[in-house]
Amino acid sequence: MSRPSSLRDPVLRRGIRLLGRAISEQRGIFSLALAASALFGGMTVANAFVLGEITGRVVFPALERGDVTTGALVGAALAILAVAGLKIIGILGRRIGAGIMQYRLQAAYRRKVSRQYLRLPMSWHHAHPTGQLLSNANSDVESAWYPIAPLPFACGAAFMLVITGAALVAIDPVLALIGVVVFPAVFAVNFFYSRVMAPKVSRAQQLRAEVSGIAHESFDGALVVKTLGREQAETDRFGARATELRDSLIAVGRVRGTFDPMMEALPALGTLAVLLIGSTRVQAGAMSAGELVSVAYLFTVLALPIRAIGWVLGDLPRAVAGWDRVHAVLSATGEQRHGDGRLATGSGPARLGTQQMTYAYDDADRPALTDITLDVAPGRTIAVVGPTGSGKSTLVNLLVRLVDPTSGQVLLDGIDVAGLREGELAGAASVVAQATFLFDDTVRNNVALGDEHDPVYDDAEVWRALGLAQADRFVRALPQGLDTRIGERGNSLSGGQRQRLALARALVRQPRLLLLDDATSSVDPTVEAAILGGLRDADLAATVLVVAYRRATIMLADEIVYVEHGRILSRGTHEELILAAPGYARLVRAYADAAAERARDAEDEDEEGAA
Amino acid sequence: MTTVIPEKTSGVLQAEAEPAGALRTLLRGARMVPEFRAGIGVTLLLALLATGGRVVVPIAVQQTIDRGLLADGGPDVGLVRTTVALCLAAIVLTAMSAYAMNVRLFRTTENALASLRVRAFRHVHDLSMLHQQSERRGSLVSRVTSDVDQLSMFMQWGGILGVVSLFQLVLASVLMAVYSWPLTLLVYLCFVPMVLSMRFFQRRLASTYGQVRERVGDMLGAISESVVGAQTVRAYGISGRTARRIDGAIDRHYRTAVRAQKQSALFFGTGELVAALANAAVIVVGVLLGLAGGLSPGTLVAFLFLVTLFIGPVQIATEVLNEAQNALASFRRVLAVLDTEPDVADPGQDGRSLPAGPLGVRFDHVHFAYPGGPEVLTDVDLSIAPRRRVAVVGETGSGKTTFAKLLTRLMDPTGGRVLLGGVPLDQVRFDSLRERVVMVPQDGFLFDTTIADNVRYGRPSVSDGEVEAAFDALELTDWVAGMPRGIHTAVGERGESLSVGERQLVAVARAYVADPDLLVLDEATSAVDPATEVRLTRALDSLTRGRTTLTIAHRLATAEAADEVIVVDAGRVVQRGSHRDLVGVPGPYARLHASWASQQRR
Repeated sequence: MSRPSSLRDPVLRRGIRLLGRAISEQRGIFSLALAASALFGGMTVANAFVLGEITGRVVFPALERGDVTTGALVGAALAILAVAGLKIIGILGRRIGAGIMQYRLQAAYRRKVSRQYLRLPMSWHHAHPTGQLLSNANSDVESAWYPIAPLPFACGAAFMLVITGAALVAIDPVLALIGVVVFPAVFAVNFFYSRVMAPKVSRAQQLRAEVSGIAHESFDGALVVKTLGREQAETDRFGARATELRDSLIAVGRVRGTFDPMMEALPALGTLAVLLIGSTRVQAGAMSAGELVSVAYLFTVLALPIRAIGWVLGDLPRAVAGWDRVHAVLSATGEQRHGDGRLATGSGPARLGTQQMTYAYDDADRPALTDITLDVAPGRTIAVVGPTGSGKSTLVNLLVRLVDPTSGQVLLDGIDVAGLREGELAGAASVVAQATFLFDDTVRNNVALGDEHDPVYDDAEVWRALGLAQADRFVRALPQGLDTRIGERGNSLSGGQRQRLALARALVRQPRLLLLDDATSSVDPTVEAAILGGLRDADLAATVLVVAYRRATIMLADEIVYVEHGRILSRGTHEELILAAPGYARLVRAYADAAAERARDAEDEDEEGAA
Repeated sequence: MTTVIPEKTSGVLQAEAEPAGALRTLLRGARMVPEFRAGIGVTLLLALLATGGRVVVPIAVQQTIDRGLLADGGPDVGLVRTTVALCLAAIVLTAMSAYAMNVRLFRTTENALASLRVRAFRHVHDLSMLHQQSERRGSLVSRVTSDVDQLSMFMQWGGILGVVSLFQLVLASVLMAVYSWPLTLLVYLCFVPMVLSMRFFQRRLASTYGQVRERVGDMLGAISESVVGAQTVRAYGISGRTARRIDGAIDRHYRTAVRAQKQSALFFGTGELVAALANAAVIVVGVLLGLAGGLSPGTLVAFLFLVTLFIGPVQIATEVLNEAQNALASFRRVLAVLDTEPDVADPGQDGRSLPAGPLGVRFDHVHFAYPGGPEVLTDVDLSIAPRRRVAVVGETGSGKTTFAKLLTRLMDPTGGRVLLGGVPLDQVRFDSLRERVVMVPQDGFLFDTTIADNVRYGRPSVSDGEVEAAFDALELTDWVAGMPRGIHTAVGERGESLSVGERQLVAVARAYVADPDLLVLDEATSAVDPATEVRLTRALDSLTRGRTTLTIAHRLATAEAADEVIVVDAGRVVQRGSHRDLVGVPGPYARLHASWASQQRR
């Protein structure tokens, strides 16, 4: 029928290749499921013949003659049960085998995809929205292996068709002609059904995702929506997409409404044809009444397995689409290369340096950082100061290799960090980022970053770090202390509490280099003072780099680097920079200047008033 | 400055706690969403007709055998032809009914569900901040997404199947009873154990599938760590640990899914066994009955066909029941959202507008406590004259943020009243309130679009030129010029491509463009550098002169610049006056200021 054209169809060809990949990766379990499915197919056909034979040899003669032997009846019952027993074994093997195969493939590819997420660089992550990556690992993997569930059934059905065909020809070639018309028709209708349906279903799926995306964003920003009175506008935005989704689901319904009744009617029509033509053949003596019953029964039970072939083929476009998205993740390159260099062992503070480092974001016309050269002696504390948007966070990200410079290098103890083996840099340097990420896990595991099998740090060490971060008091007050689970993105804690946990996470590792990127912005000034005081007294054997605006924090530093528009404009002590860098002076004196100006204005007013 | 709100404060949206009866839920749902009921009678009639198609074949077989093939005097092909022609007409008719039923059902249910979804969405936004926060945000999202999707899928697949299966069982039973009631009883007898075991299987399957869904959630949570926490994972070199957690979650999902598959396979196997038993019994008993003269051969064969009509529906009914429970639970959860009365309600048409011109503020013996919590504000009684610039200061947890939330009616006081321009706040229409009063919260949430679109979020009619002009007026031209694409730079999900300070700059511009008469800044510039902050506040001051502003800040520079300072301590207003007046007097403000100043000067 549509064979020649469909084989030229690239999607179908790629889909079949995808099935081939699945089969070759799961050869053992597939063979098992296939064998079971063949058994099931054989027994389905056998069942029809057994029923036909029983009708023809036991039922009709018995009722005609008016008597029957017990042996014949028991034999008939046993035959039915025996066939059913084998058929059940087939069903179990096929369904369980297919399930195991499908879920194994899902698990294997989810592992591969998440390994890529762990391996690929931050720049890749920034270019791909969270929702998309999650659906790559979830629904795309699922769709890619979706046709696996009915695959053994479909292969078994093909086998069944061959037996049936042979049997039909053997019984009566004329009746076999009906099969030649009806079975391919069932297959074709089902194939087109799935083909027409698949894009509509994936469109609905896509719209579902979009509806969900709008809901997520809108509820995340609920406070902004409320304070600006945009509830109706948001509802309209959501409603428009929900209406599209509704229309697409109604379109799905229309397709289903068209094809489902056809799929049901076809085997029924086939059975009617068998009855019509069969009765003339029986009249002509070409076949027996029992055989007619067998054939009629076959037509009713064969429809479903044939549909399975259609399911597999019809789902291929969706599977190929899912696979393409999964494959895009698996084949993404650009992971950070690691060398095999090691840092000198020892626990002393590290020397930090950068050599003419420049970094530009992918889509930017000018670099975010230009020609940054730094050298921080071990044990020194350095503050990076600069206006909002001047590139300070980018600098921190470069220092811990979250991104790699476009040119130039980062040096730790004089060694280019790009040449260090994996984990070496993370073992020496700890960073506390501006925005805190907490795991959906206990306080203990969030600080130690271990798990039940690998606690990494004992409770005493965790408490000490929490103490330094001024987090011990509120953790003690939590319902289960260290064992308290912190909810969805740490939502049950305040911003300041989250920052303090993140700080404890860095401190517990006793890093040789500590980077604080405005890491105490949500913490009260008094608490921050206690934290900073604690750090100083703790004899922290670390080189520290802080990004800060607060003068008290800046003043802790031995040296200050002033950054503006992605360049180091000046470095030195506070006193030196006040003279050398007007931008720095403006920044740190902003409050005092503003106060002084106000005082002058007030005096002027007073004088005017006096005059 | 975030006040930790006790989780599950009100327990309102917790529908699962007490499952109302299935029927009650359905009736209530049909009442609340009348679209569900549209034309249901006709649809059910069509379903009945459509099901009729399924018994056509057994009838045809019986007629052909008894009156055609085994007719007295040899096969009667003419009769077979008539029978087949009639059955053909019946099949065409029932197929058409099936088409009409499907289309009607999809249209009705999807219309109803779309309306339900949009109403629930709107309702979530109408709930107070307290309600919104008492739920995990993800669970609110699922009310308008997966819960409605679940209902939709159930209605289209499970619902149709369920109705058709039920009709099929009834029709098959009627036909069997007409043919032979003793054999009918026999078939029923065979299916009794299956129906009984069905309950058992169904309960086990339902709980296993519930576990599968939970495992999917855990798995997604674990995988999302590698995405959302990508930065932390890299900075701490813990990809090994993260991979182990992900693998664990994937394995647990795999094992549960396979267990579910085994259970359902076993269940289908049982169905086959019962069918075989029924067939064997029908043949044995049927032949004996036939010998006694009570049964024709055609009827006996028709029974074999009818038995196959029986297994399907019984198995499907089980799956449908299972899905129905999930769908009902979803339905309940969505209805629970609609049932939650917004405790901070818009008076709507009956409400009043705020008077024109600058707005004065009055707190009339205001008390506030979070549900089940201690008082956060106690007996606050003060007035703020129009056009004043007021700073509210105090330590963490002193209750100063509550001021902002009460003033913008994100929450209502538990005692006393708040008045704006002389009008009690709970009488002010929301459209008037939100137009005249704007708050900038600390977290500077941005939507996933450009800077310009975020700035005009409150006023979509604002042009690009006006957005640029706003940044100029706020003295942020320099910052905008540094962005890769100026005001057309995309800010990313939740604005996360920008730094926290940059997001705050955009949020302030957004409020400025909204042009309110009362501006409330709640730590709105806490992550912005001091020089920019001073420039920005000064610009904002001169631009908003003639408006009332209330600023909550822990950087006391704001207090120094304000006309007036309100000092809050442990929920009470303890001091009030200008910075100059307060800083010299020993007291809480002097202490706070000294601590802050020492941080600035050291």
